[in-house]
Amino acid sequence: MSAHADLVVHDSSHHHGPPIANKSSRIDATVLGMLLFIASEAMLFGAFFTAYFFVRVVNPEAPEWPLEPFHLPVFVAGVNTAILVTSSFTMHWALQSIKRGNRAGLQAGLVLTFFMGLAFLLTQILEYARIGFNPGDGSFGTIFFGLTGLHGAHVFIGLTLLAMATVRAFRGHFTPEHHHGVELPGIYWHFVDVMWIVVYATIYLI
Amino acid sequence: MARNPFRSEAEAYRFLLLTIGYFALIVAASTINTWLGLAVFVVLTAVVIWRWLGSRSNEPIEPTSVAHRGDEDERRILVVANETVGGAELLEVLRQRSEGVREQVLVVCPALNTPLRHWASDEDGARAAAQQRLDSSLAQLARSGVVARGEVGDGDPLQAIGDALRTFGADEIVISTHPYGRSHWLERNVVGQARERFDVPITHVVVDLEAPAP
Repeated sequence: MSAHADLVVHDSSHHHGPPIANKSSRIDATVLGMLLFIASEAMLFGAFFTAYFFVRVVNPEAPEWPLEPFHLPVFVAGVNTAILVTSSFTMHWALQSIKRGNRAGLQAGLVLTFFMGLAFLLTQILEYARIGFNPGDGSFGTIFFGLTGLHGAHVFIGLTLLAMATVRAFRGHFTPEHHHGVELPGIYWHFVDVMWIVVYATIYLI
Repeated sequence: MARNPFRSEAEAYRFLLLTIGYFALIVAASTINTWLGLAVFVVLTAVVIWRWLGSRSNEPIEPTSVAHRGDEDERRILVVANETVGGAELLEVLRQRSEGVREQVLVVCPALNTPLRHWASDEDGARAAAQQRLDSSLAQLARSGVVARGEVGDGDPLQAIGDALRTFGADEIVISTHPYGRSHWLERNVVGQARERFDVPITHVVVDLEAPAP
């Protein structure tokens, strides 16, 4: 054995541009980004839910919830929930269609999803106008509009993503092998739906 | 098996359906009685957590097989050590392994980091410290007559071994640790896990840097 250490030397004399980024091999940057995004979303909604449950806990003697004079349109919101859940079904159908090479199914699925999402958002706005209280009417009003409005903002972002995917679908983009541009809005849309299930069950039903 | 709902649209869709079922049961129970609803919530949540943890622990580990690289008479030894490379015990093992063959030694020094810094990808300091330890270790090996080259590896020693095997290959892995009671790696059963995960002979060398010189 010879008495010298053969150290690895990185020759940078032929390398142009900035140095190659050092990346941890354990956590992919995109996965970390998604985890941080979800964590921030969870904290955002969690803050509102904490406030909501606090308001309920400090009113344990209330015979009915919400307290008078607040009345929530449970039926209309239920119909709206059905619309949003159905839009997730059509979103899934759209994805399955393009995976099988069915472009018409993709286009129909995306259009239906978009319009159902739009119907949900417009119905919610109409309900805001008719609900009979506003964000300034006590803590319940503030939290109700805060939570549902926050969710509505997410629906709006989802609709924007869906609109872009729909336009691309009609322009002939996406193939059975390459449909990332539909997959990601699909994941986002399902999670918007999941959040609404949580909001609806918590605020309107329980 | 636990599925990541963020991995694909199909998994997110499945997660949505499960969420609908989860809340439907809770709402139905709470309509009957508030306490029943709370009980259903607790039971369902416990079941979900239990199944998730169970599926994680039951994930089978496929041992990674490593093909011999290099010439017939060449023996590649991968040494994984944090700061114990200079120990007499390890040097003795390396001498024994290289008798009668042409050895190639790669020393991997994991860039140990705090969990917070690791998750934030703030590992420059950890890599610099590991590089210093590695340089010092390689210098010690060179003084003892061992030809070796070195790399800074991932903070997780198992991941660092996996990474090194992909590029270097190895006929044997030598994991050098502090003695029991002073070694975090032994506390985490790194050696046992490495034997499960890699289909390569693994030698564990305990180096006691605090022992009095003979």
